[in-house]
Amino acid sequence: MSTDSAPTAGDGPTREDLQEQVETLRDRVESLEAAADDDGPKKMTIVATQGSFDMAYPPLILASTAAAFGWDVVVFYTFWGLDVLHEKKSRKLKLSAVGNPNMPMPNALAALPGMDRLATRMMEKRIADNGTATIEELIDVSLDQGVDLQACQMTMDLMEYDADDFYDGVTAGVGAATALQHMADSDVQLLV
Amino acid sequence: MNTEFDIAETLDVKGASCPMPVIKTSEAVGDLDVGDVLEVLATDAGSMSDIDGWASSTDGVELLEQVDGGDVYKHYLRKTGE
Repeated sequence: MSTDSAPTAGDGPTREDLQEQVETLRDRVESLEAAADDDGPKKMTIVATQGSFDMAYPPLILASTAAAFGWDVVVFYTFWGLDVLHEKKSRKLKLSAVGNPNMPMPNALAALPGMDRLATRMMEKRIADNGTATIEELIDVSLDQGVDLQACQMTMDLMEYDADDFYDGVTAGVGAATALQHMADSDVQLLV
Repeated sequence: MNTEFDIAETLDVKGASCPMPVIKTSEAVGDLDVGDVLEVLATDAGSMSDIDGWASSTDGVELLEQVDGGDVYKHYLRKTGE
């Protein structure tokens, strides 16, 4: 038998042990509260997979606006989304006439050669008339505001795109793990 | 309708549509000195809601007044901090 002179000799924790635990917990609550008050700017991650003219807009509009809100924004471009970052291809993105419910023509007609170009030209004219920013302007403004436009390395390889093909300021050579890291901390995550 | 504050800068974004009015406003407010008032002139009807939303969730800026002039929407914002 021990001859320990602790005030409580039973199996339970001593008063000092409990006091110590309470102190530890109190510190922990304080540090968690401090962290909750100081969690920095809001974060948003958008995964952009589409490279058609109309689908290029929503990620760029949301990203540039969120950056104006002071948010920390990543747009992860993959598959056809890469065409939006591709300096040459971004200027020739097409609106698809086939299967587009807003086109006032049957699919059989929409599938004829030249219809995509016609549909795109119609939309480009409307965009110019309406004072809507071009895709290139939105990319510039997004990069200026500190949006991180990322190009997925795996699809770059697949589509044989080089980092030099993209606008200056685009982050190339990143993968799903990089996107996930930002996404896990994000307040808003979107797949477009 | 006239406003009673001294306007330090005027930003003309007439003809531009979403998201440019908010983005240009954000940039212009960034360039102001604390206390200065920015006047924004826009033709985008969405700017009434967008600039209000931006200002209310952004630190360091206060939306003083919005005027729906029919063709031109006027917004008055004061920079309250960095």
